[in-house]
Amino acid sequence: MEGFLPWYWCLFWYILALPVVAYGVIQIKKTIEKHPESKPLLAVSGAFIFVISSLKLPSVTGSCSHATGGGLGAVLFGPAAVSVLAAIVLVFQALLLAHGGITTLGANIFSMGIIGPFVAWLVWKGARKIGWSVSIAIFLAAVIGDWLTYITTAIQLALAFPIPTFPEAVVKFIAIFAYTQVPLAIAEGILTVVIFEYIMKLRPDILRSLKVIGPEEPKKPTAKTPEVA
Amino acid sequence: MVDKRPIILLSLVVIIVVLPLVIYNGLGEDQGYFGGSDDAGSTAVEETGYQPWFQSLWEPPSGEIESLLFASQAAIGALIIGYILGYLSGQAKAKRRENDENIGVNEKVKSSK
Repeated sequence: MEGFLPWYWCLFWYILALPVVAYGVIQIKKTIEKHPESKPLLAVSGAFIFVISSLKLPSVTGSCSHATGGGLGAVLFGPAAVSVLAAIVLVFQALLLAHGGITTLGANIFSMGIIGPFVAWLVWKGARKIGWSVSIAIFLAAVIGDWLTYITTAIQLALAFPIPTFPEAVVKFIAIFAYTQVPLAIAEGILTVVIFEYIMKLRPDILRSLKVIGPEEPKKPTAKTPEVA
Repeated sequence: MVDKRPIILLSLVVIIVVLPLVIYNGLGEDQGYFGGSDDAGSTAVEETGYQPWFQSLWEPPSGEIESLLFASQAAIGALIIGYILGYLSGQAKAKRRENDENIGVNEKVKSSK
């Protein structure tokens, strides 16, 4: 939303977001140098955000919103890399679609490109550590990452407009964004599972070299879902 | 060799998206349904008396142009995903064939011994 944050908040979120994006660029360069075979997956992660964030979907709350799509990239390349991908998408939408905005770009990168993917990545790591399957872990990562993006947006707006008080403003903005987002986040989670399982089926070797899955991993899911000939 | 799992999962996504349309069938934007939550957010901000201090540099002149641009964005993204997954799928197949051939050659070598 262009111009919808006071200028000092715009500046504040830019200052927080830019170092992460810069770090993300370095990380992407490193990953591509080390694993050139992972380049196509980076493009898929970016394109996935591109598609997902262009689709405004209806929700059971009777309001429309769009998902964020950062979970896939966060799991494959880490959250900092996603901040770069999200920044590209957000600039495109701000300039061509009057959606989001240049002044609020920093705030939007922070919520969609940093908090969302970072939480998604934490959820993924956590779920894997306690031994949950790849599919469940990536589902939860995508859902919670998407949802947290909108919680962050609500908090950012409440910080800028703590009227009448900050907690009440948080509740107000969460009511606008977060409930609508629940079914959409679940839809995003399912889509992320489908694309991730497909990648895992085609090229588990790339996922293994990125250390996304363990060396013995792809055998499990194929054993669980026997192919129907 | 049809893996049914993705089909079931994608059907679930369709149900999630279609369900609200069924629940609120007949209701439209005039009744306050299916507006964007972004718009609801900006209205809530304006209600506090705040005036946006910056306008978008360029705005799509109409809803048609806006949907054109959104559709292009989705199309570009889908094109890239489709192209790359197709490419990876071809690679995987070629690899499998190579492996099969190698096994075949090895077996021939074995049997000729």
